[in-house]
Amino acid sequence: MMDALILARWQFGLTTIYHWLFVPVTLGLTIAIACMEIAYVSTKNESYKKMAQFWGKLFLINFAMGVVTGLVQEFQFGMNWSEYSRFMGDIFGAPLALEALTAFFLESTFMGAWIFGWDKLSAKAHMVVAILVAIGSNLSAFWILVANSFMQHPVGFALQNGRAEMVSFGDLVSNGYVVGQYAHIFTDGLMIAGIIIASVSAYYLIREKAVDFYRRSAKWGLTFAIIGGILVMGAGHIHGQYVTEVQPMKTAAFEALWETQQPAPFTVVANINEETQSNSAALNIPDVLSLVAAGNSDAKVLGIKDIQKMDVQKYGPGNYIPNVTALFWSFRVMVGSGILMFIVALISYWKLRRNTLVQSKGWLKVLFWMLPFAYLANATGWFVAEGGRQPWIVYGLQKTAVANSPYVTAGDIWTTIIGFSLIYILAAIAAFYLAIRCIKNGPQGNDSHDVAAVEEEAKLWK
Amino acid sequence: MEVIFNHLDVVWFVIVCVLFAGFFMLEGFDYGVGMLLPFIGKNDIERRQMINSVGPVWDGNQVWMITAGGATFASFPNVYATLFSGFYLALFLILAALIMRGISFEFRSKSANRTWRSLFDWLLFVGSLVPALVWGVAVGNMIQGTPIDAQQNFVGNLFTLFSPYTLLCGLAFVLVFIYHGAMYTSIKTVGAIAERARATALVEGVITAIGALILLAASFVCTDMFNNGLSLAAFIIAIVCFIISWICARVRHTGWGFIFSCATVIFVTIAYFAGLFPRIMVSSLNPAWSLTITNASSSPYTLHLMTIVALIFVPIVLLYQIWNYWRFRERISLEHLHY
Repeated sequence: MMDALILARWQFGLTTIYHWLFVPVTLGLTIAIACMEIAYVSTKNESYKKMAQFWGKLFLINFAMGVVTGLVQEFQFGMNWSEYSRFMGDIFGAPLALEALTAFFLESTFMGAWIFGWDKLSAKAHMVVAILVAIGSNLSAFWILVANSFMQHPVGFALQNGRAEMVSFGDLVSNGYVVGQYAHIFTDGLMIAGIIIASVSAYYLIREKAVDFYRRSAKWGLTFAIIGGILVMGAGHIHGQYVTEVQPMKTAAFEALWETQQPAPFTVVANINEETQSNSAALNIPDVLSLVAAGNSDAKVLGIKDIQKMDVQKYGPGNYIPNVTALFWSFRVMVGSGILMFIVALISYWKLRRNTLVQSKGWLKVLFWMLPFAYLANATGWFVAEGGRQPWIVYGLQKTAVANSPYVTAGDIWTTIIGFSLIYILAAIAAFYLAIRCIKNGPQGNDSHDVAAVEEEAKLWK
Repeated sequence: MEVIFNHLDVVWFVIVCVLFAGFFMLEGFDYGVGMLLPFIGKNDIERRQMINSVGPVWDGNQVWMITAGGATFASFPNVYATLFSGFYLALFLILAALIMRGISFEFRSKSANRTWRSLFDWLLFVGSLVPALVWGVAVGNMIQGTPIDAQQNFVGNLFTLFSPYTLLCGLAFVLVFIYHGAMYTSIKTVGAIAERARATALVEGVITAIGALILLAASFVCTDMFNNGLSLAAFIIAIVCFIISWICARVRHTGWGFIFSCATVIFVTIAYFAGLFPRIMVSSLNPAWSLTITNASSSPYTLHLMTIVALIFVPIVLLYQIWNYWRFRERISLEHLHY
């Protein structure tokens, strides 16, 4: 029988990863759609409007899933993590409330106007609405990362009245961790949206449907993927160096670096043994970890065993080592997926420029199959950020093991895990079915604008 | 300004009350529309009119609930912790229902298959009924009192939450929201459905009025909320607004009817918050263990910060939400069916 703590952690992991599958897509897609509308307003070229409408439809399915799964996020800190909420509420609640007030209202109100405004608003007004939606989406990511960054690297607080209290909001917002994480997530959104646009376009190009439309879309998608890709890798690299400084255990666990080394090699793959705290069959590239993590090929990189000893001195007896095997491999899946998508995007763009992309059916298939890697990179990226912080829920201040709700039983949590999972699975099936239909219908698909069609459908009830 | 910054905990009690009032007023009618959908929408056109009448606004309305939750977290973290960990399975029911509801809005009309649409219509019904009922039950529990110990932890279970009084509260919420939704439908749709909604409101309104009077009497017996005269006054104003709304509907001034049903929901919320003040969750074990604006609030620094944020952003949000309602103020016609 699993205890309530483990179950609460599983529930948080499941609901958050599920939410997180849809969110980065919406971050970048809102920007792409806003750009399409800007292009439409400045060139009056109808094909940009069609692009905004088609990709908007695909976006809406993602958005709906993001909204409904986000509902759970807003309340589950109180449901499963009441001790955390009491200890951290003075700090954590503020960015959450700010997110709702400044971002969710903006996003959802103008999303409504976006969907229903095509024939009620001027092209310019509709473009402004699209820009506001994009600002809302990306602002919400900022506030939630302000909250998350405090959990990773607490700043601007004082421990008083039995809890962590905010003493400087400025410090909270300008936390170095926010800068790195936000840059990484924002640019990730651009890349992921680009990959999704490009890979769905590839699907049509393989079938030679609306070739002009999808060639143009593919160009947009690939441009987003390449620019986003360069930035996301750069931001990830800089953020990684910062993490090595403030959360050395996280970096050491990503790399399964048990012993402190100078210079430290980069381990490509290894067989990790957490019992004996050692690796076997490791493929190492000398000096590279020192270069990547510290910017100097001769730098010392702290190993897990030494950091554990330092943490015991600092925080008292206990095990401060996260799940090294899971982190090591997840990190490699994230980075590997990112590099793979980037390279495929580069080659596709090159083929597009030479006018050979549309004809190379084989390569289009490769481009199409980048779709799952976009989701894989996001899920593993979230896991390494949060899993790498364990055993802490708030780094150095509160352990996950004492943060859950004391009176919520394992039975309660089983009920909600099973309940949410069932609903999420059914929702995913419905969303998947609709996304496929939307993709199959293409840009000429039925928009339900047609009165005759509505009246025809009304006969369903007779 | 100085008055505001000297009594930040009171200010935040008021802001949370405003957010919950906004949430109940706005989501009240779209829950109502959802509950009425399978019964008064006789064919697909009518149902689509109803769904599209809340189409541009339901998501923005739902953010009022999210904001009420977020603001509670920021200003009274202990209430957030006790309420949601204590009413755990009840909140799960609300969230599960709202997930089904949100998906139903988006997915229902994207396939022209009768079974598909019928399925999502019933999900919309359940997804609207459950949160209306459970939020009513939750409010009833906050005022009637729940087993909260000295460490501010709720020590009951799901069944602790259901008493005759709290169930009555839940039922009252459902009835008021159905009426509210019927009024909204009557002003936003055209043809037979608009008239049917009005007729439904007139009949259902009588039941709601009787329910409200029973709730008023029960609140005297089961709670101490009317020790605060303001609470009693607000409750009576709510009933008066409701009667005015019904009369307006009777004489076909449905626009005014809707405005007064909005007022009804707002004054009911004020009645409960005034009855709670300065408590937020009443402990049935020991009055001293109740969560109050003093022992459950954030630090003065955080409250100060959030007050500035609220003073700036709440008016901005109100402005663009009103713009959105104004922009889409027309009745629903067949050309504008996106859901």
